[in-house]
Amino acid sequence: MLRYLLNRLISLCLSLVAASLVIFLVIEVIPGDPAAFMLGLNATEANVAALREELGLGGTLPERYWAWVSGMLTGDFGTSYTYRVPVADLILDRLWVSLPLAGYALALSTAIAFPVGLIAASRRGTATDYGIMGGTQLGIAVPNFWFAMLLVLVFAVNLQWFSAGGFPGWADPMAAIKALTLPAIALALPQASILARVMRSALLDTLGQDYIRTARAKGLSRRQAVIRHALRNALIPVLTIIGLQFSFLLAGAIIIENVFFLPGLGRLIFQGITQRDLVVVESVTMLLVFAVILVTFLVDIAYAAADPRLRRK
Amino acid sequence: MIRIEALSLSIHGLPILRDVSLAIGKGQIFGLVGESGSGKSMTALALMQLLPNGAEITGRAHLDEIDLLTQSEADMCALRGNEIGMIFQEPMTALNPVQSIGDQVAETLLIHDAATRAEARRIARDRLDRVGLSHIGMDRFPHELSGGQRQRVCIAAAIALHPRLLIADEPTTALDVTTQAQILDLLKDLVAEEGMSLLLITHDLAVVSDMADHVAVMQKGEIVEQGPTAQVLGQQNHPYTRALFAASSHQPDRAQMAGRAPLLDVENVLRLYPGPRRGLTRGDPVRAVDGVSFQLHKGESLGLVGESGCGKSTLTRAILGLDPIQGGAIRLFGEPVTPAMRNDLRAGIQVVFQDPYGSFNPRWQVEKLVAEPFHLMAAPPPDRRDRVAEALQSVGLQPADMTKYPHEFSGGQRQRIAIARALITRPRILVLDEAVSALDVRVRAQILDLLADLQSRLHLSYLFISHDLTVIRAITDRVLVMQAGRIVEEGETETVFTAPAHSYTRTLLAAAPRLDIMGRTGTNAAM
Repeated sequence: MLRYLLNRLISLCLSLVAASLVIFLVIEVIPGDPAAFMLGLNATEANVAALREELGLGGTLPERYWAWVSGMLTGDFGTSYTYRVPVADLILDRLWVSLPLAGYALALSTAIAFPVGLIAASRRGTATDYGIMGGTQLGIAVPNFWFAMLLVLVFAVNLQWFSAGGFPGWADPMAAIKALTLPAIALALPQASILARVMRSALLDTLGQDYIRTARAKGLSRRQAVIRHALRNALIPVLTIIGLQFSFLLAGAIIIENVFFLPGLGRLIFQGITQRDLVVVESVTMLLVFAVILVTFLVDIAYAAADPRLRRK
Repeated sequence: MIRIEALSLSIHGLPILRDVSLAIGKGQIFGLVGESGSGKSMTALALMQLLPNGAEITGRAHLDEIDLLTQSEADMCALRGNEIGMIFQEPMTALNPVQSIGDQVAETLLIHDAATRAEARRIARDRLDRVGLSHIGMDRFPHELSGGQRQRVCIAAAIALHPRLLIADEPTTALDVTTQAQILDLLKDLVAEEGMSLLLITHDLAVVSDMADHVAVMQKGEIVEQGPTAQVLGQQNHPYTRALFAASSHQPDRAQMAGRAPLLDVENVLRLYPGPRRGLTRGDPVRAVDGVSFQLHKGESLGLVGESGCGKSTLTRAILGLDPIQGGAIRLFGEPVTPAMRNDLRAGIQVVFQDPYGSFNPRWQVEKLVAEPFHLMAAPPPDRRDRVAEALQSVGLQPADMTKYPHEFSGGQRQRIAIARALITRPRILVLDEAVSALDVRVRAQILDLLADLQSRLHLSYLFISHDLTVIRAITDRVLVMQAGRIVEEGETETVFTAPAHSYTRTLLAAAPRLDIMGRTGTNAAM
């Protein structure tokens, strides 16, 4: 188990180095001079030179890469050109919205998908199953911004249970959670639909396995066999999807953040791109890559916990 | 005492069992024999009330005073594992891969509220010791155990609560012959010790003749003959019993015609696999095939026997030029065999595999399937269709079968198609890798006849790889016995079988259940 962990940890570090190299090269090298790009077509040469100085573009490529990486390692992500504040502070502010939102949406989608997938699988071929399958199909097909607007219309405008958007900050945790509820639901719906389908087919696969028959021959009822034997074996594909979904939710919530006026990471990177603020784009991208790799690492650990065959390899 | 009376079963209106009646006494071993699809397993599942959806059942089935067919599902759950235990054919997949073996045995006790958690674990330990796993920890997982050990775990779980009846559905079919002998011994001892009844389901007459007090022969959902084992197998009153019996020890007529010219020359072959990972380095490489030498002559039939993991398949892959070798040389018709060998050289050696279901693309017609090896030739022959028709006819199929798909054929017919496919390039050597192992005895006998006939007509050489000693004895002139990557014995087949020189050969032969001519039993006494 320890060796497995160590292996995964080494591969995590290598992935991070590789990703940082790619991001660095793409942004700093390929489109030409970053300073000229950031300032646009009408920049004077003096301005460009000043910006080059400010961005630390003087050194050689390896020097610049090292400066960037070592800066990130010590928490210095550079200073945003448009906001004129340290990027680290910007990201931290946004993370306090995006991270809880992603976690909230993921918790909701898992809480919905597990029982729904379980019911569909154990009533395969019945009207319940067909109903659930149809429902999840709809959940995947409906665009989430449209569903978000529907939620706003019903729960914020008509019923006035929630506010239509904005984020009050974490000073009042209840208010913050309340503000994140509608966006989380809007994000969770398609995710839950996908997850429920994966859960159903993974369960159906395991239900056909010989060890389920063995369990039944030992005297387990159908339900006990599902809970005690099928569920854990069905977990591997489900964990994979959950890992992918979390990464997506962290950065992919741009549209929902816009619908609900939430100051999240998605909006930050969007603004960074439109304002040509490469320092912000570079750092946020790296952060998201880090998050994705970290989640993959956690999913790998979860695999090992779920399946002993992966531990002693 | 188990009594089944006039049991009939249909699934979605399709009749599966008709009027099955049998009785198993306390402490008795009852053998249920028949070919695949004869209804053996369905009879067992009917007793367990674990039938598939759409099953309709009539008749009576009593376990002592309990009428099994009228029990509610909840009552059956209380009976299964408690009064009736069951083990299955595939020990590799019969255990939950993510649960420790101790937990899986203890579960039988816990699910029936027969013990507290600590007590259940203690009893589970005790039962695992009883089935011969005292050296295996409770916290081990199925993938860390061998097939035989896993079947022992299944047995431990099935007998944890001392059931009155144990149903064993082909318990040793997937196991090597030495392991099979050990598991059968264990079952016999358990029956004597626990006083339980054993319903032993198998396709192997030799196994029942060895084990069972009573035997019933099933055909197409009906019991055609039953009685004390010695009587049924000795007298063989029903023609189907006779047919089964004859097919089990079938000896095809073969012409002796081995020439002296070696077609295939295997010399001191070494095949290494990378050793286990140790941090950043690897351990010593595994010698999967270790210094193997032999020659295959024209018109000869050479057998290669050994248990799973002995290196048979690795050697076969090397001979077919699929894997590189790390030492020695393989020469085919005088030319070296390597993964980069020429296609027309490959056309001279063709292979037939075990699984007649998995080895065809289900979306291809037979014509395309059989003609596939033509891609080994520089240009496909112009009379392609005629060649396919000829190959099909030579294996006893019709040219009209060309337009059919694989699913329209039975297992035996599919194996014929596989042979036709191997013959299409007119090879001089056929490698038959467990080619009849998945077939029922009567079909197996037909295929063996076909192979013998093809050999004498086409002057083929066979390399026949099998774990089944009966088959090897029936079809080969010479035999190689392989153990742990080495050939430990080589000689004329009859000599090796009647006077084995190596201790491993003797172990193999002693473990193989044997059908004596009189129908009475015994493991081979050639010690």
